[in-house]
Amino acid sequence: MLVLAGGAAQAAGLPYSLLEKGKRLVDAGDCQACHTQDKRKPFAGGRAIPTPFGTIYSANITPDRDSGIGGWTEDDFYRAMHEGVAPHGERLYPAFPYPNFTKMTRDDVNAIRAYLMSLAPVGDRPPPNELLWPLNHRIMMAGWNMLFFTPGEYKPDPQKSDAWNRGAYLVQGAGHCGACHTPKNVFGADKSGEDLRGAQIQDWTAPSLAANDRDGLGRWSKEDIVEYLKTGRNKLSGATGLMAEVVVNSTSKMSDDDLNAIATYLKDTPPAPDTAPGAPTQEVVDAGKAIYNDSCAACHDTSGVGVPHMFPPLKDNAIAQQEDPSTVVRIILEGAMTAATKERPTPSAMPAFAWKLSNEEIAAVATYVRNAWGNRASPVSASAVGKMRQAINAEKAGPQVAGSGVRINPR
Amino acid sequence: MAKKLPSVDVVLVGFGWTGAIMGNELTDAGLKVVAIERGSWRDTSTDFAVTFAQDELRYYFRHALFEEPARETLTFRNNGEQTALPMRKLGSFLPGTGVGGAGIHWNGMTFRFLQSDFLARSHNIERYGAGVMPDTMTVQDWGVTYEELEPYYDKFEYLCGISGKAGNLNGRKIDGGNPFEGPRSRDYPNPPLEQVYGPTLFAQATKELGYHPFPGPAANMSRAYTNPLGMTLGPCTYCGFCEKYGCGNYSKSSPQTTVIPVLMRKDNFELRTESEVLKVNLDSSGKRATGVTYVDAQGQEFEQPAEMVILCAYILHNVHTMLVSGIGAPYDPRTGQGVIGKNYAYQITSSVNVFYDDKIMNPFIGAGTMGMLIDDFNGDNFDHAGKGFIGGGYIACWNTGGRPIETHPVPDGTPKWGAKWKRAVAQSYLRTTSVATHGAVMSHRGNYLDLDPTYRDVYGRPLMRMTFDFTDNELKMSQYLTDRATDIARAMQPREIRVNARKGHYSIVPYQTTHNTGGTIMGTDPKTSAINRYLQSWDVSNLFLMGAGAFPQNPGYNPTGTVGALTYWAADAIRNQYLKNPGPLVQA
Repeated sequence: MLVLAGGAAQAAGLPYSLLEKGKRLVDAGDCQACHTQDKRKPFAGGRAIPTPFGTIYSANITPDRDSGIGGWTEDDFYRAMHEGVAPHGERLYPAFPYPNFTKMTRDDVNAIRAYLMSLAPVGDRPPPNELLWPLNHRIMMAGWNMLFFTPGEYKPDPQKSDAWNRGAYLVQGAGHCGACHTPKNVFGADKSGEDLRGAQIQDWTAPSLAANDRDGLGRWSKEDIVEYLKTGRNKLSGATGLMAEVVVNSTSKMSDDDLNAIATYLKDTPPAPDTAPGAPTQEVVDAGKAIYNDSCAACHDTSGVGVPHMFPPLKDNAIAQQEDPSTVVRIILEGAMTAATKERPTPSAMPAFAWKLSNEEIAAVATYVRNAWGNRASPVSASAVGKMRQAINAEKAGPQVAGSGVRINPR
Repeated sequence: MAKKLPSVDVVLVGFGWTGAIMGNELTDAGLKVVAIERGSWRDTSTDFAVTFAQDELRYYFRHALFEEPARETLTFRNNGEQTALPMRKLGSFLPGTGVGGAGIHWNGMTFRFLQSDFLARSHNIERYGAGVMPDTMTVQDWGVTYEELEPYYDKFEYLCGISGKAGNLNGRKIDGGNPFEGPRSRDYPNPPLEQVYGPTLFAQATKELGYHPFPGPAANMSRAYTNPLGMTLGPCTYCGFCEKYGCGNYSKSSPQTTVIPVLMRKDNFELRTESEVLKVNLDSSGKRATGVTYVDAQGQEFEQPAEMVILCAYILHNVHTMLVSGIGAPYDPRTGQGVIGKNYAYQITSSVNVFYDDKIMNPFIGAGTMGMLIDDFNGDNFDHAGKGFIGGGYIACWNTGGRPIETHPVPDGTPKWGAKWKRAVAQSYLRTTSVATHGAVMSHRGNYLDLDPTYRDVYGRPLMRMTFDFTDNELKMSQYLTDRATDIARAMQPREIRVNARKGHYSIVPYQTTHNTGGTIMGTDPKTSAINRYLQSWDVSNLFLMGAGAFPQNPGYNPTGTVGALTYWAADAIRNQYLKNPGPLVQA
């Protein structure tokens, strides 16, 4: 349903179809993930975005003239989206994924602006960014852009189907999937030639979306991908953490055609070269197995098959076998809640084990899960678990569940 | 001074099974619904996760999920000659509190009542003659029949994903199910649970005795299940922590696992927790509810106006709310006049422990409704001529779980403590099962609920007073069931048995069941019942009362299946009759 601040929209005299198109693109781009901090003030910004270079606070993109984008012209808005440059020549930081949004057509960008301008203006200003020198000087981004950024709208590949091209446009453009799923270099830019091969973000693993069976989307059919994005789960997995927010706020609202297009494109991604993970010691595997059977098997089953659509199978699980074990370790420590959607309303949650298992025990059980039932991934060290434990403790409260305001905290 | 809030279409008082179902049904009808719950928000991963759900000290002995008598309780006496005293500790029954209510900590036994149960007065008189019930028995027909409720039983069973086996599909008897049950329109949504050794031996023995054993109808999932609302439950792991515990595995149907998340997504629904309703407000005519007054955790009083009020709390609180709100005539046992508080009833239970030397029962493998039972002595499934009682109960071998602090059956003659007791516990724990009876309690003129003249609650309202005792009918019936259970226990060929018969006066101290019923009973006549066949107050037509308070007397089954069915039945009547033409659905 289209939610409008009626007065503003009518005053602007904008056609409903344009606003609806803009709303769909705003959903596809999951703009609210960064730009909404307080649900009562949608798109008023101020949400802290932790980056390796410091914390950035998202901008107010409501039509408020002083603190939002109410004073921006269509050209101003397009320039920001297309070039990463604000009206007065201010360079934007690429935490705002203009390297993706540059792929979008002018018509689509205009529609997004039309929708945003129809919202209720909010006069909030985000806190100042907390970035390391010299990055706190926006001019530095000019150099970054020169090295890593080429503006340009998406060029369809005539060899591919319409669905494939639509999928590529959404994945590379509005959806900005690579912002999380593509590995970054030391400057925080995409590593070239490694699109969607998995990365660590905010102490989560954004898994590889390459075609590998072990740690990519190889075992997922097109239908599995569509079901996951639409409902938050499929027989192989369930969306938790940051991806749960993406499903709830963005992909579950997208049309079936667009989800099919995304799946068509993703299923055509080539496999990444397989890494050769180190093997764990038998001692660790034995210890991990004992802990697993005691603490995990009630839901995930001793054979790791879980309960499809409810408790994710761990056998052949791509997230469990990522080179970076962040998500596995994090979920064992603090628990996780699967995205609840209209089709799959059960907010099934795994409880936290941080209070119950030591770093060594969690390392052992994580290593076991990564190497049991034919799984294969490098062992997890107790020190890695300890670091994650500290990182989680550093976040003042527990994780927020899919924008619900509900926090998971063991008692 | 209460702060007056904007009016809503419906206010629900209490948010357990009936509140959640009613909320979902009425928001589907497009109404703006507010639920007010005295307890707090509760969910699986935060309140009873698998990592700590099996904590006997916290949940059973320290009552983490139950209501606190220090905050709200009642006074109790066995008869009108006595002075009632406050129940300062929970004992005989364990009402829940908080979101999900007792639907969190139940075992999951989900029965349908018998066809004859709904016609308890007319059926018994027709079969046994007018003299079968003494004048002091106030047994009544329900005003609704099994056939009318069947689709709503079905709806509740499919919401919950009940695991069981039909014994009567559209009139066709099915081997292995309950042959005495009323006809079902379709089978249970899930197959029965697996059984352990004790119930298996019970099934063999009862079959040899010519009875008809069948598996318990369980709200514990025999396999993963997705209900018609899209809610998914996991398969039961048989951990044996259902009764008095929340399920950490999403394997037991509860409001949380079957309906609340669907309801909470809706824009036309709002839940206010930690808010206690003090009374239902009436207009000056006294015939129309204008809303409720409640107090929140900060002590602030609010008035919530509403077009309809639906009481969805536990029966004891629904009756109390009616009494303190002055709705309907309070029941007077001396004259038999009045309806609010009338026909309070309960359950009468007994058991026989069965001790073996050579058979290992693995009692720790359990589920709330894992077990086999027979219905051959329930309701009017057997000839009562000359027996001196009406009603009956089921006889079962349950294995709900051998929780170690709670479970230590020992043979007769064992000391209560010391080395010999310890040896007997160690010897018996794995080698013991039990045969339980679960009997009906008929309604009697002297068993009732009213307001206590002396004791008041924290808000200054009089406490409710419970006056209740087992009568001859119950004690004779229970003895009859206990004798049958003893025969069955012997047929299971144990080393020895121990009979725990229920004798003498009702005591509110030892745990029996949380199956309190009546007090706001349904019926066909406003002179003898508080609510009509659609659970609508005879006195105030925009007030409905859910729950087991509607039962005119308590049949020999666990109540939740019928509570769920009645809720769907009432919701249907509200949606399809009341909303079109608000007013009394039955003309008195």
